[in-house]
Amino acid sequence: MNTLTVSPSPHVHSGDSVKKNMYGVIIALLPALAASIFYFGIGAVVVTITSVLACVVFEYLIQKYLLKNKPSIFDGSAALTGLLLAFNLPTYLPIWIIIIGSLVAIGIGKMSFGGLGNNPFNPALVGRVFLLISFPVQMTTWPTPIISRLHYFGITPEILDATTGATPLSILKEGVSNGVANAEIMQQLPSLSELFFGLMGGSAGESAAAALILGGLYLLIKKIITWHIPVSIIGTVVIFTTLLKLIHPDLYAGPAFHLLTGGVLLGAIFMATDYVTSPMSHKGMLIFGIGIGVITVLIRIFGSFPEGVSFAILIMNGFVPLIDKYIKPKRFGEVIKTQKA
Amino acid sequence: MNVISITIITLASLGVAAAIILYFVAQKFKVFEDPRIDEVEEVLPAANCGGCGFPGCRAFAEALVKADDISDLNCPVGGADTMSKAASILGKKVQAAAPTVAVLKCNGTCESRPRLNHYDGAESCSIAASLYGGETGCSYGCLGMGECVDACQFNAMYMDKETGLPVIKEENCVSCGACVAACPKKIIEIRKQGPKNRRIYVACANKDKGGVAKKACSSACIACSKCMKACPFGAIIVHQNVAQINPETCRYCRKCTPECPTGAILEANFPPKKEKKELVKDKAE
Amino acid sequence: MLKTFSLGGVHPEENKFSAGQKIETLEIPEQVSVLVAQHIGGPAEVAVDKGDQVKVGQIIATAAGFVSTNIHSPVSGTVLKIDTIIDASGYRKKAIIIKTEGDEWEANIDRSETLVKEITATPQEIIRKITNAGIVGLGGATFPSHVKLSVPPGKKCEVLILNGVECEPYLTSDHQLMMEKGEEILVGTKILMKALNVDKAIIGIENNKKDAIEKMSELSKSYDGISIQPLKVQYPQGGEKQLIDACIGKQVPSGKLPIEVGAVVQNTGTVFAVYEAVQKNKPLFERVVTVTGKSVKKPSNFKARIGTPISQLIDAAGGLPEDTGKIIGGGPMMGKALTTTDIPVTKGSSGILIMPEEIAKRKPSQNCIRCAKCVSVCPMGLSPYLLMTVSEKSVWDRAEEEKIMDCIECGSCSFTCPSSRPLLDYIRLGKGTVGQIIRNRTNK
Repeated sequence: MNTLTVSPSPHVHSGDSVKKNMYGVIIALLPALAASIFYFGIGAVVVTITSVLACVVFEYLIQKYLLKNKPSIFDGSAALTGLLLAFNLPTYLPIWIIIIGSLVAIGIGKMSFGGLGNNPFNPALVGRVFLLISFPVQMTTWPTPIISRLHYFGITPEILDATTGATPLSILKEGVSNGVANAEIMQQLPSLSELFFGLMGGSAGESAAAALILGGLYLLIKKIITWHIPVSIIGTVVIFTTLLKLIHPDLYAGPAFHLLTGGVLLGAIFMATDYVTSPMSHKGMLIFGIGIGVITVLIRIFGSFPEGVSFAILIMNGFVPLIDKYIKPKRFGEVIKTQKA
Repeated sequence: MNVISITIITLASLGVAAAIILYFVAQKFKVFEDPRIDEVEEVLPAANCGGCGFPGCRAFAEALVKADDISDLNCPVGGADTMSKAASILGKKVQAAAPTVAVLKCNGTCESRPRLNHYDGAESCSIAASLYGGETGCSYGCLGMGECVDACQFNAMYMDKETGLPVIKEENCVSCGACVAACPKKIIEIRKQGPKNRRIYVACANKDKGGVAKKACSSACIACSKCMKACPFGAIIVHQNVAQINPETCRYCRKCTPECPTGAILEANFPPKKEKKELVKDKAE
Repeated sequence: MLKTFSLGGVHPEENKFSAGQKIETLEIPEQVSVLVAQHIGGPAEVAVDKGDQVKVGQIIATAAGFVSTNIHSPVSGTVLKIDTIIDASGYRKKAIIIKTEGDEWEANIDRSETLVKEITATPQEIIRKITNAGIVGLGGATFPSHVKLSVPPGKKCEVLILNGVECEPYLTSDHQLMMEKGEEILVGTKILMKALNVDKAIIGIENNKKDAIEKMSELSKSYDGISIQPLKVQYPQGGEKQLIDACIGKQVPSGKLPIEVGAVVQNTGTVFAVYEAVQKNKPLFERVVTVTGKSVKKPSNFKARIGTPISQLIDAAGGLPEDTGKIIGGGPMMGKALTTTDIPVTKGSSGILIMPEEIAKRKPSQNCIRCAKCVSVCPMGLSPYLLMTVSEKSVWDRAEEEKIMDCIECGSCSFTCPSSRPLLDYIRLGKGTVGQIIRNRTNK
């Protein structure tokens, strides 16, 4: 007989693993990746491959030579950070900038705190915001989608005549600050259905709303994320922008426009739901999501940047320890107690 | 130019205002502290190990200053030297406590104590102990996951891979008792260092009956009482199936050691055994 | 939508291999080792001496105090010795070792199979009989039943809930008992209803035992006040507080007993033992034990005498498989891993689960990735990740604040953790230490 193994209960495991979750998110990002390659061509491929490779290599090097741990690059977390970073960059960004972004994301955003599980801020966003502040010109030079491919949709876009152009949000921002009436700006912008399928300038992965939503559904079905964070962010953005639109229809764009442009969907579904940097309780997740929604809209409308999702998520990341300390999950037996009291 | 001067003036006035506020606040909330506390703390080893029973050296210094009779208080790390320094600062008397050291009351090496099962839980002695007796047939012995080593702040312990037991480095051990508190099996003892750092003790804690203990571990104390009979000074008793050597009455004659059939009595720092006559001569000198 | 409890829960693979296997009576062993501590509470005091002749059902150890139970001889024969043996905890515990000679029962035990429906005993008599018969909760918790039935003054029991959930994977003993002894269980329920003076009883059965739900529903038609409640399959539904929540939608407040919401919970196996004790004068000296596992040749349900070494049960189920890595007393979620096969069957042995080595090994623990899955599955609404950290770092006051004592040790957190962290290991350690601290404080 073999020597018997003894351990405390439970003696079975669900079979879930870090790897499964990380690769699950990567799979969910594939439709958006496909859309981005479709619209932006080889540029999207270059950005994605560079970013993913750089992140994995930096993680390996740091674990092996600086932390002297056993490298754990195959758990998929570094690849996921790289992919998310790539999704937040304009295509045709110079390769050396991407590599700097990856180094900041992995080195400062993740490993300097002790690696997976210990980082307070979303590493991909740390990299992205670092690049945005350091290289503002390159980071806001948005290539427009490849025009010829748009014919598949039977669309002949009028606005997309240059190889680079502004994002819808920056067009809006500029227009408003120049005192152009809202209705006029709107005419310069793609229609909502075009936005839904991603026909706009922007970061590699954030444009195609349809693909992102598809990925989000996959995550929900696979139970990799819960509905709390995405729904609260999207809900808050919708409610907030609807209110603004009602107050001043001439000045502000509607909820659908805000939802489909910029990084709201990418942020709500993939960035804010990052396990490590989001709250642990469902109630906390809702507060976290509402915070992100409010800050995003505030930055977009009153701030100097046209887009604010990255900043909003990073700011709320900072509040996560506080949320976790004060917002506890609902305990069994608690309800009755409060009713009695 | 104008901008620079305005900036300098603003900053300077802000600084002065803050300094004034800070000064008054510090005055208002000043707490009187016996200056001797700082002095005593200065001579303490600043290890903050808690071996004295107080949370940190400062708390111990406060206790020393407060107490009228400090003979019950002892800093195991600093030993007699530190205590006499502290006492001289305070003008109090101190009794020199006998120096002590940690010893392991288990000699169940991998060889003498065959493994009967394999533990696969969290790497922690306390968790294993709360689950069951251990990987071997002896439910009193060392579990070998080194919670004592983790508790030691003085680098005085390490796990011997060969034996699976922790080893105490005497020269580093300050007998703070952190390992004693950490061990869920309570098999580490703070023992008198003994003359010339010599010690003799029973390295077993197995309370099972002789046969059961022997079956589980070949170096277990089987409570045969041979050592008790051999001891000319009555320093050995057998209690709950384990022999115990009282360090107060033990005269370090080593008559018990060869009697033990399982080799459970360990000697430390004795010179290699001489012929009997020489030993007697040694003693006479 | 089927009813279930309101917070958390997981759904492990059910693996009920021994479902539908008829309960076989196991051969009486040549020698039994009867532990004196088979229940929660004080160990019973030995009432026999070496060399004494005992009969089946004779008291060999008496209850030491209120929270303790009598222990009866499972065989007839001679007391060989009173010694210590290794029990399921892996420590040596006192046991009475009896050599079997024949099978002579105490004269007042009714050995016939006939169903006795009429309940003649008064409530006091019922509780006295249950006390004398040494009945404990047979689901695995082994809490003395008479203590549960003694409703404290000022409290009123409104409903009796029967636990036919058997939410632990693999185990089937309660299921099989309901299939074969349904009528007896219902009479037992009536007895308990009389003892508790309630007119309502609910039998909660999980939906993966459709045959049992059907059968019990059919039988219960002729018994007033007993209803069957099918429940959604969800672990840990068999937890007392979870079952009450699932059946009557009331949550027992933290740190309180079920009677606070007017409920008393009993396991179906226990109720069958109550029937035998009250109607047949038969004390608790045998029980149904499931022997199962992925590579076990013949997964079975045995009726075994207390004190039978589990090796005999394993042999009867086709022997110990080659690839055995772990033997568990009880189910895979809450059972205890056993160190040897010499351990005897006790009143709390609901099953013996033999696991192959590759399933038995735990995966190495990784960093917490804060995925919050442990928080979502905790049926008590706790934060397991936090409780583990504070236990690991010995921050006991924080652990108490975070309600570590509410933990029911169901293991859902460790089961779910993608990083395979030993959450429950540390929480259990913390629970033990905090419990000790609280006891010391109240004793002061």
